[in-house]
Order: sequence, then C-alpha cells, then structure tokens
Amino acid sequence: MNAKYDVFLEKPKSFYANYPRKTGNIEITHYCPGCGHGIIHKYIAEALDKLEVQDKTILVSPVGCSVFAYYYFDTGNIQAAHGRAPAVATGVKRSHPDSIVISYQGDGDLAAIGTAEIIHAANRGENISVFFVNNAIYGMTGGQMAPTTLEGQKTTTSPYGRNPGNEGFPIRVAELLATLKAPVYIERVSLHDTANRSKARKAIFKALKNQKENRGFSFVEILSQCPTGWKVDAPTSYTWIKENMVPYFEPGVKLDRSEEAPPITFPERKWDTASIIQNLGLVNLDIKARADRSAILEHHRNPRIKIAGFGGQGVLTLGILISGCGMMEDYNVAWLPSYGPEMRGGTAHCHVTVSDSQIGSPLVTQSTVCIAMNKPSQVKFEQELVPGGLLIRNSSMIDIPSSRNDIDILSVPASEIATGLGSLKVANMVVLGAYLERTGLIAFDTLDIVLKSMLKKASLLELNSRAIAAGREIARNQA
Amino acid sequence: MAKELVKGNVAIVKGALLAGCELYFGYPITPASEIAEYASLLFPKLGRTFIQAESEVAAINMVYGASGAGVRCMTASSGPGLSLKQEGISYCAGAELPCLIADIMRGGPGLGNIGPEQSDYDQMVHGGGHGNYKLIVLAPNSGQEMCDFTIKGFELADKWRTPVILLADGYTGQMMEQVDFPSEPVRGQRKDWAVYADQESRENLVTSIYLSHSDLEKHNQRLQEKYARLEKVETLFDEYQVTDADLVLVAYGISSRICRTAVEISRKKNMKVGLLRPQTLFPFPSKRIVELADRGVKCFLSVECSNGQMVKDIRLALNGKTPVEFYGRMGGEVPSAEEIVDHIGSLLGARR
Repeated sequence: MNAKYDVFLEKPKSFYANYPRKTGNIEITHYCPGCGHGIIHKYIAEALDKLEVQDKTILVSPVGCSVFAYYYFDTGNIQAAHGRAPAVATGVKRSHPDSIVISYQGDGDLAAIGTAEIIHAANRGENISVFFVNNAIYGMTGGQMAPTTLEGQKTTTSPYGRNPGNEGFPIRVAELLATLKAPVYIERVSLHDTANRSKARKAIFKALKNQKENRGFSFVEILSQCPTGWKVDAPTSYTWIKENMVPYFEPGVKLDRSEEAPPITFPERKWDTASIIQNLGLVNLDIKARADRSAILEHHRNPRIKIAGFGGQGVLTLGILISGCGMMEDYNVAWLPSYGPEMRGGTAHCHVTVSDSQIGSPLVTQSTVCIAMNKPSQVKFEQELVPGGLLIRNSSMIDIPSSRNDIDILSVPASEIATGLGSLKVANMVVLGAYLERTGLIAFDTLDIVLKSMLKKASLLELNSRAIAAGREIARNQA
Repeated sequence: MAKELVKGNVAIVKGALLAGCELYFGYPITPASEIAEYASLLFPKLGRTFIQAESEVAAINMVYGASGAGVRCMTASSGPGLSLKQEGISYCAGAELPCLIADIMRGGPGLGNIGPEQSDYDQMVHGGGHGNYKLIVLAPNSGQEMCDFTIKGFELADKWRTPVILLADGYTGQMMEQVDFPSEPVRGQRKDWAVYADQESRENLVTSIYLSHSDLEKHNQRLQEKYARLEKVETLFDEYQVTDADLVLVAYGISSRICRTAVEISRKKNMKVGLLRPQTLFPFPSKRIVELADRGVKCFLSVECSNGQMVKDIRLALNGKTPVEFYGRMGGEVPSAEEIVDHIGSLLGARR
C-alpha cells in the first residue's frame, strides 16, 4: 500500500511508542479505564512536541498513580518521594537552568504531605511548571480521604463522609497559591467536558511555554476523574466533577502575570582557578619576622590559654588574634569558643592552644595562661591554672585579688586604658600587648601584619596599635 | 597551598567549592549554621547556587534533584535536622545518588542542646532511614580534615554513586585551626546515568522504585555487593603509639583529639597506651582492630561523647576475642584527657 495521507492527529513524539519499562502488557497504560491521567499526559506530551523541548525536559514523577509517568514520557525522568517533587524539581532546575522541569503531582502528594514544598517553590518563583491533578481522593493507595475531598464525601478513611468539624474543609490550592507574589500563572481547569478539556490543553501549553520563556512559576490545577476511587463508571464520573467539584473548585484563571513578568536569569558558574582562589580569599600573608623561640622562657612556651569575659569584651577576637599570629609564625594552633546562648549576652570564653608540636585536645582544662576580662572570669578560671601559670587580669573590672599564691599575676587596667584611648572596645588589645610583651611568644611585626589584613580602616588600625603599645608598657613596668 | 585560620564549618564550605560543588541547599541549625552562612556568602560569588530551603526535608530533596541532574551538591545540618532528612537520604541511597551531607552533631535526644555529642553515630553509620542501605561515613577531627574529607567525600560519592556523610561534632565544627587549602580546584565529571536535560541523557531514569519483588531483591543485592567492595578498598584510619600498646583507645572526631593527649599523658606515666582513630566509620577499620588484637593488644577502650555507639562495631569486629571497654560522656560534656587517663589506669591496674 502506498496510499498518500495527511496525518492530523498522532501520538505525540514525547511519548514512547510502547512502554517497555512497564511490566505486563507494554501496549497499554497502567491507568484504570476512564482515568484522567491519560488525557493530562497527552496534553503535556503535545505541548512538549509543539514547543520542541522534548530533549530538554525532565519530568519529576511523584508518588501516587502517576508514579509511573516515566513509563510513558520519552524525556529525562526523576522519581521523587511523596510530596517532595517541587523540592526535587528545584534541585533539577537550578542545576540546569535551560531545562524544562515538570512537577506532576496529585492532591494527597501536593496538598497534604507536600504542602510546604509547593508553597515555597511557588514563593521562590521557581521557573518550573506544576501540574496538580485534583481528583478529591488518594487513588493509588485505594481511595482514602485527600485534602481536597469534598464535604460529606465518603472515602475509605472518611466512611461517614468528610466532616469539617473533624478533618477541616477541602483546600483550594490554586486560590491559596494565587495569594503569593512570585508565581506568574495559576489556573484551574477541568476535564469533565470537551469545552473544559480544550481549556485544560491550552493552560498546560501555556504553563510550559512560560517556562521555556523563563517567565517563572506556573501552576495548573486540573479537576480530574477517578471512576475507580469514586466507584462510578466513566460517564458518571464526568457528571460527578460537574455537579460536585466544579461548584467548590471553581475553574478559571486565578493569576496571570505571564506577559509582564521579566525573564528570569541564572548566573554563569565560574570555573577558572583564579576566580575561585580569589573569591575564597586563599592568599598567603607575607610574614617575614618571627619571634626568637629560643628566647622564650620555658614556662611561656606551648601555652594553653583560657580567655574569658563578658560578651562584647572581644574575648573571642583576642583568642583568634593569638591563634592567627601563632599560625603565621608556624606554630600549631587551635581555638575553641564557647558557643551558643551564652554568647547572646552573658559571659564568653575560648580555649587557645599554641604549640611547637601537633595539638591533641583543643580543650584547655589545665591552663598555663588565664586572661580574665571581668571578675566572674577570674573567680572561675584562675582555679584551672597550673602552678606557676600566668594570670592576666583586667584590674579595671576586678576589685578582688587573686585567690592563688602559686601563680604569676599581671594586672592590667585594660578597660580604663582603652576608655582613655577613646574606645572601650580595644581593652582586649591592651591585654594582648601585655601578654606578648611578657612572653615574647609572637613578634609584634607579625601582629601588625595580621591586624592590617583584618582592619581596613586606618583610624581603627592606629587605635589598636596604640592599645597594644599601652599594654606592652604596663607589662614592662611590672616585669 | 594557602593557609588560613578557619572554623571547621568554614573549611567545609571552602573545601566544597574547591571540589566543584555547584549547589548548596540548607537550613539553619546550631552548631552547623556557619556552613549555610558561608555557603550563602561564597557560592553566589562563583555563580553557584545557594538556597535556604523551607525545611530539612526540602533541602535533602533538592539535593536529590540536583544529584539526579548530575552535578555536585551538598547539604549540612545537625542531629535533629539529620533525623528529618532520613527519608531523603534513604531515597538518595536507593536511587544511588552521589552527594555530600555534613552532620555537625549536637546533644540529644529531642531538642537536647547544642553541645558536642557524638550520638548520631548509629543513625548515620547504621542507617536511620528505611531500607537495606549503607552510607560512606567520614569522620574528620581537625580543620584540615574538614576541608580534605569534604573534597574526598565528593570523589567517593561519585566513584561509588552513594551519599557520603561527613560526621563531625560541634567542637570540630566550631574550632578554628590552620587549614592548608589546595590551590587546584577540581570539578565533577559527567555521569552516564544522570539526567542533564539533553538528548544524550533523555533515556535516563533516576528512581528507587522497583515494583517487582525479584527486581528489588536484585537491586538490593547489587547494593550489598557494592558496599562489600568499597569496604575492601576505602577504609581509612590513623594510629598513634599503637606498636607496643597494651591498651588501644579507639576514638573519632573530638574524642580522638582528647585521646591523643590522653596517650601522651599515659606514656609519661609508663602506661603503654595507643590510639586507633577511624577516619571512615563505614567502612569501619574492623580488620585493623583484629590485627592489633592479634599483635597482643590486651584491651580496647572506646571513648565517645555518646552512650556507646561505636563500641558495638569494635565488639563486632573482635567477636569476643579481646575485651572491649567503653568510656563516654553525654549531654555536651566531653571527657578531659585526665579523666580518660584515670580510667585507663584503673583498667590496666585491674588487668595486671
């Protein structure tokens, strides 16, 4: 036969010719007779053909009857967990901004267990197309109550009919999402007669076209029949939609900003080494001077330091500076903060270890140095000092003497000096100057370079330098 | 190499970017929040994607999507967040999706506190989600390893098509140490199974559903064979002073740092103590533990910030051959080196 004919209607190319991924008969679908999924699948496949995006399409198959959508669509496919399809679709779309990503979901999936995912994908304005199949029932699991089950409707988990007093009212998802600012297109359509199916076909096409044009989040809710779940025949199921669903779930465009929405753009990934190194700040400081380690007295070597004070006294910063300078001079260093609620007001402390050898425990339990910026810190932490250890106390804030007589004590009126210099905030720098002057642990040139790398403002740098100098002087006078 | 003093949590982010991670999906939780914060700061600078997800559940499912789409991606959280992610982790394991998941452990159960517990061992190493799966679990104990294991984690994830867990504790996340960052960034290769939204990958399907019982059994058997294979070649551990040790401490993460100090103190007191530090918790260095027992170690002591979770794997490895003791603290308390040494003293004294 060489009959010439024109094809007006054929199976969309975005469908497989037959369904080898399916077990059993590969010529027919797994859907029940009369089911709405087949019609919706067809509209989607037609749209993909028409928009010429079959290769670029990734369909996210949900949990529900349409879990096997990948039997039919000859596109990339990812099967998602129940309710999570919009999150999975987000991951896919952000990975391949040029892709066409479809989240195809049922009512239990989208409007119950996946409520958070759909609202937030919509609210982010993800450039995806969501097709929400509302048949007022959980189909796959055998007809349980869905969030969209109608008042009084009997299901296997609402055997007396849905009672709003116990299980609330059916959720109108399209209207709910239309309150959000980000989505560009939301419409509810129905499959109950030819005129409405025609609208459904157009809406599905539009949702996909919007995505192709990078316009943003599009959502089509489709009132679809489930003759098996409703326990009616196919013709009756259309009447059922018309009489029961349509009055409550009113079809129509709920939101359409498709035309005025500016196209969404995605950033170009940067892969060149220079950009990466620069943006991660992976640049070594040039440290020339180093403290003469042989000149450091034995009891000042390898310090285990506990620094404590009120939040805001720069306790953690002081520890970071000692550690940072130590690292620059090729010591092994570890800094461990107290973290959590106490940092939001109250006391803060940190553990600092500076060592010639590899550091085991970063926790300072038997300290060789205790820096107490306030009274409670001295009372608490001077007890941890080993005999012969060094206590540096901010004498401006501590009006009691140390209870220890077997340690070295350096009293520094740090808060007063800092206030005199113009900012209480540099009290920690006064203490730092005193500590380094006393121990010679780190060269002051190193501290200078590290400070310069941290403080960009010249006036701040100058203030800090004066505070350090003042601390050094105190230490020299108490030598 | 550029050296920098950074928090362990920050080292993870920089390591991830150097490893070619393109997308980060996260949710705030102490003591892991710096990871999300630094990711939000650094990922956009390189044109990469940071999304603060609506929930831990959404974050892991975004990872599932991005990984299925064939690109390197990650998420991070702490105990309660990981409990929420378990569903998604099971799906990732089932669909064999490579990704990196950092768990900066805190105190539990329930809301617990933000202290540095190691009580997620069971849920991460022995599986907290449904199904017959295992995850590669890396256990860093320093800032350097937070970076290095992140990079290694991405490599292992791709190589074995599996989620990789970076299991650290609050202290290892919050601690600042010197990290030498590599100067040569890498990037993931194209995978032949993933969906790239192009013609070449159109036939690909990412799924964990196998309707037929026999198909699902085959899938499970294949997974078990994969785990057995990787167990043979990917086990990592570190040792300290084990050669002549009578007693070997076994510890990971922050506990292993404290144990190292405990070994130093013990040696000064003439107690022959060593440390075995698993760097991979699955695969677990069972073989090495047996070797040490055969070489004359009289006792193993598992030190954990938990109720004794890893100790079960040591006992399983030794199968009654050698005594295995446990010393642990909970609730965010960590043992001091001194109290561990005291415990070692009493154990060795009792065995004398």
